[in-house]
Amino acid sequence: MDEFVLEVRDLSICFYSGRKEIPAVENLSFNISKGETLGIVGESGSGKTVTSLSIMQLIPNPPGKITGGEMIFGSLDLLKADDDIIRQIRGNNISMIFQEPMTSLNPVYTIGEQLSEVFSTHQKLSKKESMKRSLEMLKQVKIPLAEKRMKQYPHELSGGMRQRVMIAMALACMPEILIADEPTTALDVTIQSQILHLIREMKEKMNTAVILITHNMGVVAEMADNVMVMYCGRALEYADVRTLFKEPKHPYTIGLLNSIPRIKGGRRKLYAIKGSVPVPGEVTAGCRFNSRCEDVFEKCRIEEPPFFEVGASKVRCWKYEGKGVTV
Amino acid sequence: MIGNILEVKDLKVHFPVKGELIPKNVSYVKAVDGISFNIGYAETLGLVGESGCGKSTTGRAVLNMMKVNSGQVIFEGRDILKSNRNELKKIRKDMQLIFQDPFGSLNPRMTIGSTLEEVLYVHHLGDKSQRQKKVNELIDMVGLSKDYLSRYPHEFSGGQRQRAVIARALAVKPKFIICDEPVSALDVSIQSQIINLLEGLQRSFNLTYLFIAHDLSVVKHISSRIAVMYLGRIVEIAESDELFKRAAHPYTKALLSSIPVCDPDFRKDRILLEGDMPSPANPPKGCRFHTRCIYAKEICLRKEPVSANLGNGHMVECHLY
Repeated sequence: MDEFVLEVRDLSICFYSGRKEIPAVENLSFNISKGETLGIVGESGSGKTVTSLSIMQLIPNPPGKITGGEMIFGSLDLLKADDDIIRQIRGNNISMIFQEPMTSLNPVYTIGEQLSEVFSTHQKLSKKESMKRSLEMLKQVKIPLAEKRMKQYPHELSGGMRQRVMIAMALACMPEILIADEPTTALDVTIQSQILHLIREMKEKMNTAVILITHNMGVVAEMADNVMVMYCGRALEYADVRTLFKEPKHPYTIGLLNSIPRIKGGRRKLYAIKGSVPVPGEVTAGCRFNSRCEDVFEKCRIEEPPFFEVGASKVRCWKYEGKGVTV
Repeated sequence: MIGNILEVKDLKVHFPVKGELIPKNVSYVKAVDGISFNIGYAETLGLVGESGCGKSTTGRAVLNMMKVNSGQVIFEGRDILKSNRNELKKIRKDMQLIFQDPFGSLNPRMTIGSTLEEVLYVHHLGDKSQRQKKVNELIDMVGLSKDYLSRYPHEFSGGQRQRAVIARALAVKPKFIICDEPVSALDVSIQSQIINLLEGLQRSFNLTYLFIAHDLSVVKHISSRIAVMYLGRIVEIAESDELFKRAAHPYTKALLSSIPVCDPDFRKDRILLEGDMPSPANPPKGCRFHTRCIYAKEICLRKEPVSANLGNGHMVECHLY
């Protein structure tokens, strides 16, 4: 069995709005091993970004709070660790790339200054040494004219280039885990394929575990080894990438895959999942998906299904009761 | 009907760039630089390209919503760029626009009902009771319940807001709708609902769409023909299936190969383009794509390619043909 770099068990995160308690993520468990890419897919409001922020302990408190669970990284539970320890882990062992590269770079510092800060803070290198390493890093992420870019400010760079800088920064300390939250959503398709190619290349070079958060099923199919489908703060299905795309089990996953227009094949009417994602906080009893599901029956409205292990996938749906082992 | 509802000929939109010290126009951003295309009745023309290629500018220029430098936009036999205000108002009843951002395009202080009614009022369509009746029909047409008429935009989800925007566009019974990235801001499951709605409305009302988007799979699904833009030029235009089967322009090929495919077993030979798109303020000489093209020859650096006809309405601007 592979050794896990990160084990998340029963993670629950809540947001407080006035006296109202709005659960954002509930009882979420997943593992990731060295060199693996885990894709987390879901629509807006499914809790995927909150999950990734919680790994970095970046949930703003208040209004957010991690209300339960464990997050085992090495021999450490990240949720119980001191701020000092977390600060050492952030950037050093676990780092993150965000969706919007413009807002995550400081506009008043040059690329070189921002990148070298990573080395001087985390590895206590001298200024000269940090600058040298920064330049190497920029070359590794294939930024043309790296020397010139070191002296430039973020606004002088294009979106794709900024995302390359972010990747350089995130990978500067060779982290064990890289969290990429919608890394290519703001980019054009041709630039997107460049960036995905780069992430894959760097991952293979450093054997980093990657948690890739996206809403684009195509990106997941291309990048991930394992996929977790989230909906309304719950994982609904978990499988390896081939099983998920070839034999999707959960009605939500099936609906999601059918509603994507295909390049190949003839034109047909698109399948559309009826209704819209429930507003957080207004989730009713039973299965999260029951209001939009076509296969819904009595039990779905009363009780929330556990995970059933069917073939190679784990699926949270009553349809599979008795057909697989309860996990 | 036969013939074209819209003919665009050699359209150019240049934005002046003012100097820093002396407020004189020092250069021009050539957002749209001489494009021509036709759209037939009840057809959907997809317009794709990366950010900054001029696709939204094209959409606005066609509606005469911005200053056009030269060219002709002929809508049902009339050049709308030469029309005066009154004529324009009449023509605009036949052409409508749906924007990407349903949050920004609805007035937050008006209920959906009054937003819809305002359109009818502005265009002098019917008296109060007739307008009310029409509003009820419209909201029903886009699949929202009548209860929503008294609500404000913030009470709507993204998909519902986009439905309201579509209802507003339909209010004046247009013949031609420009959809500028209508589904880009929506989740996948909602996106397919809106696409189906647009397709259904097209069938019921014989609508013509100019569908602007960057998502190629969506464009392929909805369009009968597709035009690919790069740096202010249409580099290739063809029937939808033809374009995906026999893409001719190196840029189109690269664009098509960059689409992530929902099939983990599918490993294609990806054409990775080098670098970014050059600035439209200073486009490369010769063929605009030569800086990133893998087939670039000596002639591509010197001479701008002319449109070559590959048959069946498949046009491509490239020296290879």
